[in-house]
Amino acid sequence: MVSTKVVKYSPWLLHFNTGACNGCDIEVLAALTPYYDPERFGVKLAPNPRHADVMVVTGAVTKKAGERLNRLYEQMPSPKFVVAVGACAISGGVFSGSYSVLNGANKVVPVSMYVPGCPPRPEAILYGIVKLLSKLDGGGNE
Amino acid sequence: MSLIEIPVGPQHPALHEPIMLRVKADGERVVDVQVVTGYNHRGAEKLGERNTWSKNVFLYSRVCGICNTVHAQTYTQGVEAIGNVEVPPRAQYLRTLIMELERIHSHMLISAVMAEIVGFDSLFMLIMRDREPVMMLKELVTGNRVLSDYYTLGGVRRDVDEVKKDKILKVLESVEGRMKYYKKVFEEDFTLSRRLGGVGVVRHDEAVRYSLVGPTLRGSGVKSDVRADDPYAAYGEIPFNVITYDGGDSLSRMLVRFDETLESIEMVRYILNHLPQGPIAPKTPIRIIPAGEAFSRVEAPRGELFYHIVSKGGDKPYRVKVRTPSFHNIINGVIAYREANIADVPVILASVDPCISCTERVLVIDERSGKARSLRLKDLSRGLLDGS
Ligand code: SF4
Repeated sequence: MVSTKVVKYSPWLLHFNTGACNGCDIEVLAALTPYYDPERFGVKLAPNPRHADVMVVTGAVTKKAGERLNRLYEQMPSPKFVVAVGACAISGGVFSGSYSVLNGANKVVPVSMYVPGCPPRPEAILYGIVKLLSKLDGGGNE
Repeated sequence: MSLIEIPVGPQHPALHEPIMLRVKADGERVVDVQVVTGYNHRGAEKLGERNTWSKNVFLYSRVCGICNTVHAQTYTQGVEAIGNVEVPPRAQYLRTLIMELERIHSHMLISAVMAEIVGFDSLFMLIMRDREPVMMLKELVTGNRVLSDYYTLGGVRRDVDEVKKDKILKVLESVEGRMKYYKKVFEEDFTLSRRLGGVGVVRHDEAVRYSLVGPTLRGSGVKSDVRADDPYAAYGEIPFNVITYDGGDSLSRMLVRFDETLESIEMVRYILNHLPQGPIAPKTPIRIIPAGEAFSRVEAPRGELFYHIVSKGGDKPYRVKVRTPSFHNIINGVIAYREANIADVPVILASVDPCISCTERVLVIDERSGKARSLRLKDLSRGLLDGS
């Protein structure tokens, strides 16, 4: 296993919308802009899943997107982590109980950190990621 | 030459309908584009039948995060029409205010995304930076940055006082200056005008025939805006111009958005200076709606948004049908891709504003070898397609 230290200093994010209303997505996007300056934590958007360390999942995970979510997770190199952003990615949010959603990212992939809110503020999203980094010494998901 | 099929998406966070574009290309030239939808199908219409009338305000706000107040407006105005609910004038003005703030931030977002897609990252960052104050204004007025949940049946939840008014006017002043500057950049910058100008042309008659809506339609010179044609909320009392550009290309569509943003800023000023006095919501919450049926339409930042609401009486709707503007613009917008270069596909897609926010990924399949490899939409737009 590659040391989690590698991730700790500069986690690269992969953002995947699994059927979000886009409220969370524009906040994830806002969190990556100069006003919030994520690069002070080394946080950066990865060009593709094979470069990513942390997957940021938004949305209620629709059945069709669930397969993609699993595939993306498998494409990421270890150590890898998943952050579920927003009420939808945690439990399905307002869409829970719908015939077409799986109600949350943890039904498909192991989730290391949950950021609540609908949508969470950009500060909260960054806080969640930084919190995950401080947890890292415990080791990631293989 | 091998015919290449390029699925754009589906990890493609488009707003209402996250889509996959199957682009068939002969060399660099686009031959055909097919649209595959369904990745973001959450069953909101069906869920609405389960919820009460007032709970649905929250659900339908969440059909789309960026246009959330517009969705809430269309839903509530339909329900209010069935129930004959009178909305106080102050609430109508406040609803208009928040919808225009939303239009400003939505148009700024797509301008930023467009800058990123053509590879102008610093412009993306700058516009995003200047968009933050508008988000803070939304928070100031509604209590939340993105999903405002500002609406209730028959009114709004929060009022605007003098302090908030001064703050809004002050922030908009600086936003206005910046937007004028960015408009100039889009018009005059060599790279931007080359990447956008003459790309994805939709002629006037085609835009009408394929029922495009919103800035995409107005960018082809068709003067159509629900705010002016069928005024709702307080739009009947607020002076504004319907912006059109005749070019029909991606640049015209972007310039429509810039001018509309400036127009919206003027509208917000007018609203704040002419805010009527009075209550902002009915004294008792509305729970039961009589039987009836309503069609309701609103000009969202992306075009005409349409709801059809059926009530059989009681506390729940019988049927709510939603038709979003991007549905038309994306699916019928495929005419814009004719004869385009592959590198222009992302530009054209963004110019109809389907709201591409983040990880755009593209899979390139060479039909001959059947091999697939992944690319980001952004790399594609920079022409990194060699070897496929
Ligand atoms: S948590 Fe809220 S803001 Fe985020 S995707 Fe779900 S409904 Fe939208």
